[in-house]
Amino acid sequence: MSLAIHQLHKSFGERPVLEDINLQVENGEFVAILGPSGSGKSTLFQLIGGLVLPESGTIELNGEAVNGKKGLIGYMPQTPSLFPWRTVLENVVLAAELKEKPDYQEARRLLQKAGLADYENAYPNELSGGMKQRVSFIRALLSNQDVLCLDEPFSALDEFTKLTMQKWLLSIWEANRKSILFITHSIDEALFLADRVYIFSKRPAHIKAEIKVPFSRPRDENLLETTEFFQLKQQIFKYLKEEISE
Amino acid sequence: MPKISFRGGSAIAFLLFLFVLWELLVRLTKTPMWLLPAPSAILTEAAAGFGDFYGHLLSTIFLALLGLVVGCGIGLLTAIFLYRLPKVNEMLYPLVILSQNIPTIVLAPLLIIWFGFGLLPKLIVISLVCFFPIVVASMDGFRQTAPELKHYLNMAGATDKQIFWKLEFPHALPSIFSGLKISATYSVMGAVISEWLGAKQGIGVYMTLAQSSFRVDRVFVAIFFIMLLSVLLFGVIRMIEKLAVKGRKAGNR
Repeated sequence: MSLAIHQLHKSFGERPVLEDINLQVENGEFVAILGPSGSGKSTLFQLIGGLVLPESGTIELNGEAVNGKKGLIGYMPQTPSLFPWRTVLENVVLAAELKEKPDYQEARRLLQKAGLADYENAYPNELSGGMKQRVSFIRALLSNQDVLCLDEPFSALDEFTKLTMQKWLLSIWEANRKSILFITHSIDEALFLADRVYIFSKRPAHIKAEIKVPFSRPRDENLLETTEFFQLKQQIFKYLKEEISE
Repeated sequence: MPKISFRGGSAIAFLLFLFVLWELLVRLTKTPMWLLPAPSAILTEAAAGFGDFYGHLLSTIFLALLGLVVGCGIGLLTAIFLYRLPKVNEMLYPLVILSQNIPTIVLAPLLIIWFGFGLLPKLIVISLVCFFPIVVASMDGFRQTAPELKHYLNMAGATDKQIFWKLEFPHALPSIFSGLKISATYSVMGAVISEWLGAKQGIGVYMTLAQSSFRVDRVFVAIFFIMLLSVLLFGVIRMIEKLAVKGRKAGNR
């Protein structure tokens, strides 16, 4: 098991944000966290990233408690957060550069696979939104961590770009098989991408349900039109309805 | 690019217009030379006296550049130091601002009493003038680092040192260059003021001599060269800025 979180509690002052969070990400598994905006999902990432400490509970990476330890995960934020003065190549090696001499050959290989070979020496302001997110993901991949945390990375993209990016992400992931923890507020996105989905309640967040996504891989957009997909979506929607009515 | 050169062009055209107006007014009102010389007279004097002026000019250029480098170097180091040590900053930043409230013209004679007529008091005057814009601009630049980039680096596990050198410093470069441009124009002023107080040569010395002998045309020659020097320095720094600041074209940070 690469990432395991046990009985995690976190509050800011008097206000509890996370209550009794238990979740696991197996090796090479794609896990999505689905929840309303402001439900504390990003706080969970800050805890995993070691930026803040929980009141109680443990975060384990490969069996080792890592509460408050930084630099052990690959991270892809909501905004691409590329450094404007660095070229695409210099940007993708940034996370790796924090720890060691970066592997430029591997960086070039991944850029080529992402269709960004021609943009190696371009600056971020020359890229489209989708391209920036690809660069951002490659940067997380190159950080050479077992677990990648992706924080609503496609939420700012339009529907067309989003679907392209989701398929692209799956294709890259299937070749690498890193463990991924993916935050989203889109049911479709969670079901299309993940092996398992945790549904978060609104604040203070606890896990309402854990759903296994049975669809085989590789997946493509046809999946979105199947009855099975729709049924599962309905099932999840029930949980969300409870959140609204409560 | 063409837009910029056009703007520069219109500025020069307007300046020429002002000179023509000046020339006409001086001729029409028959203003005496010792009160206000016409641009043509100033130009003639500049050409005729350039052999003598040349030495003064070089001396001032040397002084201004040296002062600029020293002042900006100390300024940048101070800014980095204060930014990285917030506790020290709290204590010293008000003093940095206070240092700018000492009138240079009062301080300069004191410096001469303490350090004599050599290079040192002059460098102190110029550095003091150049130092402040750099400190303020750099500090502001460091503070205005994009929070999402900082959050990313934190999540990626960067140390404070890495955050500073990989993010905050390069992010602040445009601000630092703004400060540099102001300092550069100040440095020429600073050099001239420091030369007034006692020097063997320099535009400041030339100006004092011209003034005391009512050679207003020479005073204007000095003024124009001071302006020219400032503009040139400004231009050079803008060129370096264009080379150093990458990926941030106008309107796209």
